Amino acid sequence: MSQMPATAENILERFAPGAALADAPALPWLEDLRAGARQRFAAAGLPTPRLESWKYTNLRPLEKLEFAPWAQEQVSIDRLPSLLPQGQSTQRLVFVNGRFREDLSALGALPDGVRAGSLADALAKDKSGALADTLGRIAGEDGNQPMLDLNTAMMSDGFLLHLEAGVRLEWPIEVIYLGAAPRGPQAFHPRSLMVLEEDSRAIVVEHHDGIGGNAGGAYFANHACEIRVGADAQLRHYKVQAEDTAAIHLSNLHAEVRGGGLYDAFTLTRGARLSRCEASVALAAPGAECHLNGIYMLRGEQHCDNTTRIDHLAPETASREVFKGVLDERARGVFQGKVVVHQDAQKSDGHQLSKVLLLSDTAEMDAKPELEIYADDVKCSHGATAGDMDPEALFYLRARGIPEETARHMLIEAFLSDTINGLAAEGLCPALLSSVGHWLSDAADGGAS
Amino acid sequence: MAAHVDTVEQVRTVADQKYKYGFVTDIEADTAPKGLSEDIVRFISQKKNEPEWLLEWRLKAYRHWLTMPEPEWAHVAFPPLDYQDAYYYSAPKSKTDGPKSLDEVDPELLKTYEKLGIPLKEQEMLAGVAVDAVFDSVSVATTFKGKLEEQGIIFCPISEAVQNHPELVRKYLGSVVPAADNKHACLNSAVFTDGSFVYIPKGVRCPMELSTYFRINAANTGQFERTLIIADAGSHVSYLEGCTAPMRDENQLHAAVVELVALDDAEIKYSTVQNWYPGDENGVGGIYNFVTKRGACRGRNSKISWTQVETGSAITWKYPSCILQGDNSVGEFYSVAITNNMQQADTGTKMIHLGKNTRSRIVSKGISAGRSQQTYRGLVKVSTKASGARNHTQCDSLLIGDRCGAHTVPYIESRNRSAIVEHEATTSKISEDQLFYCRQRGISQEDAVALVVNGFCREVLQQLPMEFAVEAQKLVGISLEGSVG
Repeated sequence: MSQMPATAENILERFAPGAALADAPALPWLEDLRAGARQRFAAAGLPTPRLESWKYTNLRPLEKLEFAPWAQEQVSIDRLPSLLPQGQSTQRLVFVNGRFREDLSALGALPDGVRAGSLADALAKDKSGALADTLGRIAGEDGNQPMLDLNTAMMSDGFLLHLEAGVRLEWPIEVIYLGAAPRGPQAFHPRSLMVLEEDSRAIVVEHHDGIGGNAGGAYFANHACEIRVGADAQLRHYKVQAEDTAAIHLSNLHAEVRGGGLYDAFTLTRGARLSRCEASVALAAPGAECHLNGIYMLRGEQHCDNTTRIDHLAPETASREVFKGVLDERARGVFQGKVVVHQDAQKSDGHQLSKVLLLSDTAEMDAKPELEIYADDVKCSHGATAGDMDPEALFYLRARGIPEETARHMLIEAFLSDTINGLAAEGLCPALLSSVGHWLSDAADGGAS
Repeated sequence: MAAHVDTVEQVRTVADQKYKYGFVTDIEADTAPKGLSEDIVRFISQKKNEPEWLLEWRLKAYRHWLTMPEPEWAHVAFPPLDYQDAYYYSAPKSKTDGPKSLDEVDPELLKTYEKLGIPLKEQEMLAGVAVDAVFDSVSVATTFKGKLEEQGIIFCPISEAVQNHPELVRKYLGSVVPAADNKHACLNSAVFTDGSFVYIPKGVRCPMELSTYFRINAANTGQFERTLIIADAGSHVSYLEGCTAPMRDENQLHAAVVELVALDDAEIKYSTVQNWYPGDENGVGGIYNFVTKRGACRGRNSKISWTQVETGSAITWKYPSCILQGDNSVGEFYSVAITNNMQQADTGTKMIHLGKNTRSRIVSKGISAGRSQQTYRGLVKVSTKASGARNHTQCDSLLIGDRCGAHTVPYIESRNRSAIVEHEATTSKISEDQLFYCRQRGISQEDAVALVVNGFCREVLQQLPMEFAVEAQKLVGISLEGSVG
């Protein structure tokens, strides 16, 4: 840090100029939660590469931003079509700079036992303190997550989903987060909470995008998300991160999966100049399972960090993790995956894979796939590769008269698409595949997306 | 060979698995006062009759060491080290007169070696191994010197090299592991007492395996060995290092530094069997083995190969590394690490690819038993200029019992698209089926475990020179005694 060491208060002040919190409801438990988080963040400050888990990601670009007061932007989302096919897109919740915008959202009828909407609304109506058992509790308070603490201290709104036992949603819920900063850099701290009771099912599609073009796109989105998947419940959580290329996108996700439950996550990353998605999943009871998958396509000076941690806390839990990336120009990809099998988690099954294609001589990949195992009867493996595409495959296509560029695109698409094709929300796959296609054709045009 | 057969025999005959080499020889040591200060550094330098530049180098390292924080990133836990509560210099008395032959060596020392199973006289005749035996901190006897000198090979204690070959020492000392590299290496640079120096001249293939036995003897003396091996263009050398240590209850710090330099077309093979006192079943005592080993493939087509069998020490902190500077250079790391009872090991390697078409291969086999914790920590780094670099890493962990831990922390940093970096790791438990199969055929439980584990490590063990391979296989079995059933 070049500046003088900032005091706790003015570090926090920097990220919330104006009173983003002023209209947040005053609930005693929430105040306590925030106070604790403020204190921890003030003590820790912004993470630096000196911290082992931030070794490869430097938040210096964030330090340089001078944020303008939070402002409600007038936006239209016409240019942001749904990722889902017509007919499946019945629920659309739109958040602009972290605040829910009912005027832009489309809320269809939901079955009984489902609550989907704004966290701020829910907090305002939460007289009984029902949210106190989940909000901030799933993520826990181990003092080692400054960005989560910052979110907790500053959060004002976000997506709330609650499914009662046995409820199954037929169509995905689409949640759109828009960033807009036409009048100077903006910082916002959306907080989501998804609780699925026993045997319920839902698919959530998150779409992060920016409006305002490069000039006004310097915003900082500091997301946090807490998830509880009840016994035998299933949550499929698919995220497309296509933020403005000047934006900084951080997200911190904590999920707890109970016996027989499934948390299935997929993230496509192609936006933001600097992004880091941290996911921490606790497989808390026998039969719990999680899939953490993702692809990323970066160019220019983009930096994307996927940091995950899966805790096998109980016997017979399973995890699958596949991250694939394509890095061009001066882009830098980071993958840090940790699988921890705790002492009593016998018969756990964990597999992790990181594969990266480097398309230029200046791209960089840093991978750190970690296993930490304290039980003996387990099946765990991980793999990591980095390199150029297979010259033989390229030659094969070229020999059949396919121009080199087309052949390269075909191979990249094939490399990435098998991760996409495994997704349960089939309706979403075409949009994701075309996102890959767009990224590739942007390269042909010679410009960043 | 007989020397090693002796060792093995001795080891076999002891029925209980208490540490075999647990005895302290009573020799009057010429010891510096306890503690660490600039005066101690000067004392050591003076004792060694060192030139001014080396003293300055030591003092610079010492002053830097004072400013360095303790490294805390390793997956090991131990109480903070009290550097003032140890002796930094102790030399067997008879050294001052300088023994000209084995007859002049203190008979007490010779007896110690006999107990350890390496009678020097026998070795001279039988093993074809030149032993530069390090007893505590000063080398006592060096064999086969004449034969090596004929070829121009220098193999001597580093303190002797400082006197006789100052230009080589000055050129290469600290050139691979800089004095300020890390806290432990920095301490070593300040207070190193002895170690081996090897220089293989151009085009010479060293006619025998060079070997050093390190021992820790006088109570409370940290060992700060400094080894420097230089293989000049087109030369070849294989170096063995084996360790045992007397039993005691206080933890002992061992912070060695090993530097290897391979010039054009040269090859260095460095093998280690480390069997220091690991502490008792409850984690009392044992050696802290904080070692910095690094080799630089400076020349084109050079090769450095590390092979290690790590069964001892209470805590192991060790990452033999290769800096692949020369084009087409090759780095290899073969490792078997076994931890039992309360042992902790955080070990692995670093392969830094700087030159074109550099290749590296990592094979790491970790076995944890009892309540031990073991971590593989490795870095593979490919720089922008290392076109055509290739790495393959394989890490397998075997768990015996449900109270131990096996961890894998690979760091992969790739900055070149034509480089191919691959890492794979698996973790599994010892197979019940295989054990059952052996037991059915009348093989005892412990022998069966040793058999299965030896199979698991075979890929690495077969990299060892013959003399070591036999000993290492036995060690694998012994280290795991009491871990099953």
